[in-house]
Amino acid sequence: MRPPPIEPPIVAPPVIVEEAPPPVPPGGPGKIAWARRRRSLSRSWRVYRKNVMGMAGLLTLILFIAVALFAPLLADREALKVTCECNGPPLSPPSIDFPFGTDNYGRSVLALTIWGSRISLLVGLLATSVAMLIGAVIGLVAGYFGRWSETLLMRITDWFLVIPFLPLAIVLASVLGGGLFVIIMVIGVTSWPSTARIVRAQVLSVKTRPYVERGRALGATNWHTMTRHILPNVGPLIFANTILTVAIAILSETTLSFLGLGDPLSISWGTILEFAFGGGAMGGGQWWWIIPPGLAIVFVVLAFTMCGFALDEILNPRLRER
Amino acid sequence: MSILSVRDLHVDYRTQAGPIPAVRGVSFDIEKGEVLGLAGESGCGKSTIASAILRLLPPGTEVTGQVLLNGEDVLRMKPGRLRAVRWTGASIVFQGAMHALNPVQRVGDQIAEAIIIHGQGGEREARVRVGALLEQVGLPPRRIDDYPHELSGGQKQRVMIAMALACSPSLVIADEPTTALDVMVQAQVLKLLNDLQHELGLAMLFITHDLSVLVEVSDRLAIMYAGRIVEDGPAQDVFEDPAHPYSRALAGAFPAIGDQQYRMAPAGLGGDPPYPTDIPSGCSFHPRCPLAFEDCLTIDPELYVAGSGRRAACLLVNRPLPVEAGA
Amino acid sequence: MSQREGFVGTLGPRIEGTPLLEVEDLYVSFEGRVGLGSGLLGKKATEARAVDGVSLSLAQGEILALAGESGCGKTTLARTIMGLEKAKSGTISFEGAQLGHNLRKYRRRVQMVFQDPTAALNPRQTIYESVAEGLRIHGISRSKDGVSEEQLVARALSRAGMRPPERFFLNYPHELSGGQRQRVVIAGALVLDPEVIVADEPVSNLDASVRGEILRLLLQLRDDLGIAMLVVTHDLGLAWTIADRVAVMYLGRIVEVGPAEEVLQRPLHPYTKALLDVVPEAGGVDRPFLTGEPPDPTRIPGGCRFHPRCPAVASGAAAAAGVEDRCRGQDLGLLELRPNHYAACHLAALETREGNGQARALSTPETSTS
Repeated sequence: MRPPPIEPPIVAPPVIVEEAPPPVPPGGPGKIAWARRRRSLSRSWRVYRKNVMGMAGLLTLILFIAVALFAPLLADREALKVTCECNGPPLSPPSIDFPFGTDNYGRSVLALTIWGSRISLLVGLLATSVAMLIGAVIGLVAGYFGRWSETLLMRITDWFLVIPFLPLAIVLASVLGGGLFVIIMVIGVTSWPSTARIVRAQVLSVKTRPYVERGRALGATNWHTMTRHILPNVGPLIFANTILTVAIAILSETTLSFLGLGDPLSISWGTILEFAFGGGAMGGGQWWWIIPPGLAIVFVVLAFTMCGFALDEILNPRLRER
Repeated sequence: MSILSVRDLHVDYRTQAGPIPAVRGVSFDIEKGEVLGLAGESGCGKSTIASAILRLLPPGTEVTGQVLLNGEDVLRMKPGRLRAVRWTGASIVFQGAMHALNPVQRVGDQIAEAIIIHGQGGEREARVRVGALLEQVGLPPRRIDDYPHELSGGQKQRVMIAMALACSPSLVIADEPTTALDVMVQAQVLKLLNDLQHELGLAMLFITHDLSVLVEVSDRLAIMYAGRIVEDGPAQDVFEDPAHPYSRALAGAFPAIGDQQYRMAPAGLGGDPPYPTDIPSGCSFHPRCPLAFEDCLTIDPELYVAGSGRRAACLLVNRPLPVEAGA
Repeated sequence: MSQREGFVGTLGPRIEGTPLLEVEDLYVSFEGRVGLGSGLLGKKATEARAVDGVSLSLAQGEILALAGESGCGKTTLARTIMGLEKAKSGTISFEGAQLGHNLRKYRRRVQMVFQDPTAALNPRQTIYESVAEGLRIHGISRSKDGVSEEQLVARALSRAGMRPPERFFLNYPHELSGGQRQRVVIAGALVLDPEVIVADEPVSNLDASVRGEILRLLLQLRDDLGIAMLVVTHDLGLAWTIADRVAVMYLGRIVEVGPAEEVLQRPLHPYTKALLDVVPEAGGVDRPFLTGEPPDPTRIPGGCRFHPRCPAVASGAAAAAGVEDRCRGQDLGLLELRPNHYAACHLAALETREGNGQARALSTPETSTS
């Protein structure tokens, strides 16, 4: 007593897509891949643009990066020398010639701050790259391969996570001697563990997705699975985390420089603060010597953090799904 | 008076991209002791109706029309009255039984909670009642002190049913109660729901995508497509002789074993259900309908009478079959 | 075949001719985790025998449905055939050659279709990339007759019913409907020109009205391209719609196998009968069904593994026929009770033997009780 099944329609039903598909670019799969990346980037950018916090952070960052890049145009390098003719009277408060005043050698604090941005940003970015490389590789390997490699790598990570940063950094910096390269390595080697943990957690979750399984059923090698499925899905998270880590790295550089463990020959915001402290600016009431580098650090760190959080909201699948 | 009477219910979800009309004018009644089966595919609005009846939709959702529960409009109730009506007037058995239970609380306490909150007894009376309820749903009363992880999927669903019955509601809404369960357990739970419904004279709204399950437990069937009811009538009649081409396709998706018509001939429809924001003109089913003709593109059919106690929203019900389409 | 004491029958019938895919004596088990502390105290991990002795053959162009409750091992069996799980023992051969180091080559020719197409597609890959993935893994940039990767992808998509294929190249999975996604997964399998498709519940995550179309596609692929299929399903109605043969699994073993029309219309094993009984049918819920919970593969009962739930044992039918002792004590394999129709049941064996006197001789009474 069952109804007869419906005959297939005379005209084969067209596969319906609601919106018009994008035009297919002519050319091979390479072009297709590019078109795909462009589309996905522009989509992320559209979302990012709507994020007020993220945009504020980004604009601040662009400003600071521009200052660092165009430092030679903004202030004469000679102005950093103690012996420069252009130096004014020591410890003079802000004036028309020296908008941020001068330090105890009569150098322009403005020029110092402008040139200091270069080292601070450079150390922050390079140290972060080191940290990200270590953290991402360890997180990927531990999460993907599991078993004993996971146990071993995660115990090492825990170990690095619990040893206090400052004493370790001080010991390393004093043993290896204070140079720019050493500072970068010291910060890089001490700030990867949290990244490793985050990456590992995400890899563990991506690894069990059926599309990874589908790849394996198609015959995928570990390399293919890692580069095609795991990395693209973990990558955005690593990127967002990188931006957040830069902020920490810049702070760490400042701390180390302030403690006199930095490179005494290169001017960074940290070293300016150290000089100010050593020169008695705190007691002497020379606020103009402390405030500019201090504020620069605060703004840059804040800007990186704001960008990082905004990116995290857009790229972190767990936050996005909410 | 009907236990539940839904009149011209419209539900629009608010999203950043604009309103999404999930339910577009649905009316039905459920009498005392009657089971209405609501069938349809994902996204057709059937679960939205379940939530709308108890006002469990996310804030900001626009709901218009009337939901009369024992003659009282749920959509216009004050918050205090609404809380009282939830669970005592109508209760829900959700689809995800596995996740609806609190993993760190004993199941007995979770059932008792509903009784105590609604002032239907203190700790001691509640515990006695919970024991009786567990027995009623076929679980040994000693399970009262178990934690959810100690129970199997079928047992958890039984606990959910006990919870729904805790405050003796006049209406139980079962939203895909057997979907996640295995075939054998599904049959057990269906039988249990059916027995309880008869025993207690409950009115029931049974929602699922599985038409073959619905026809077993329901007195009447309503088939939904794209936010509207497209056919309703006595369950057996609708299943065995569907008037709407969509109902026919849905019934065909659950073949009768042994019926040679289905052997090596899967029945199905081309295309996909429309997005709620992009409902086709005329009859919303026309792009997928094997019998569609010109008028279907422009005329939006209402529910026409299609036999005794039956209605269907199809122009073919209202007029003779055109020659070309019947070929 | 199994060498256990008193074991009769086979773990799976051989089919005529050379099978395309053959599984012999397959055992797969999972070990539960034991904490370090309990491990030191000598507590052993529980072993779940998910596949507990299965032989299975698939002929060219054949659709075999593998049915059973969840936890019966049907999905594990399919995954093991795909090389996604490791077998404890047993062999899998393709075109007569045992699988070993040739796994990669085998994977080109045996493809899988997954239950949840949404999850089986990488959300960050376009449809083109998802379909082309198989080609890239196997380093195929153009086919033997000089067809480019793009054309191969287009052909696979259009064979899977996504026409015109170029329209979908740049779409992402989330822009497609469930049915379309499953077509993309199928296209991803078709692009490598497989001879076998293993489909794990291919339509159970899809909307009811779309299911028929996907099943029709699978049938069409078999008819047009001669692809053999192993379809894992809990839905016997689906088996009726598309399968040539049906194998019913219970607790890691095939308990009945034969032509679909035979198994589904004249079932021999009480478990198959029970499964058929719970297929919803108009007419109410008052039909017999098995009580109790789904079986637990960590505790497989002795004797016939179905006896604790068997309605024939519970009702005394087995005792009346004088086979109850054997049901409780003797593990048995599949017996050819009707031509090409095998079942692992003492009672059915007795009944068919009495019925037509053709069934093979059973074990001697001495080995039957132990």
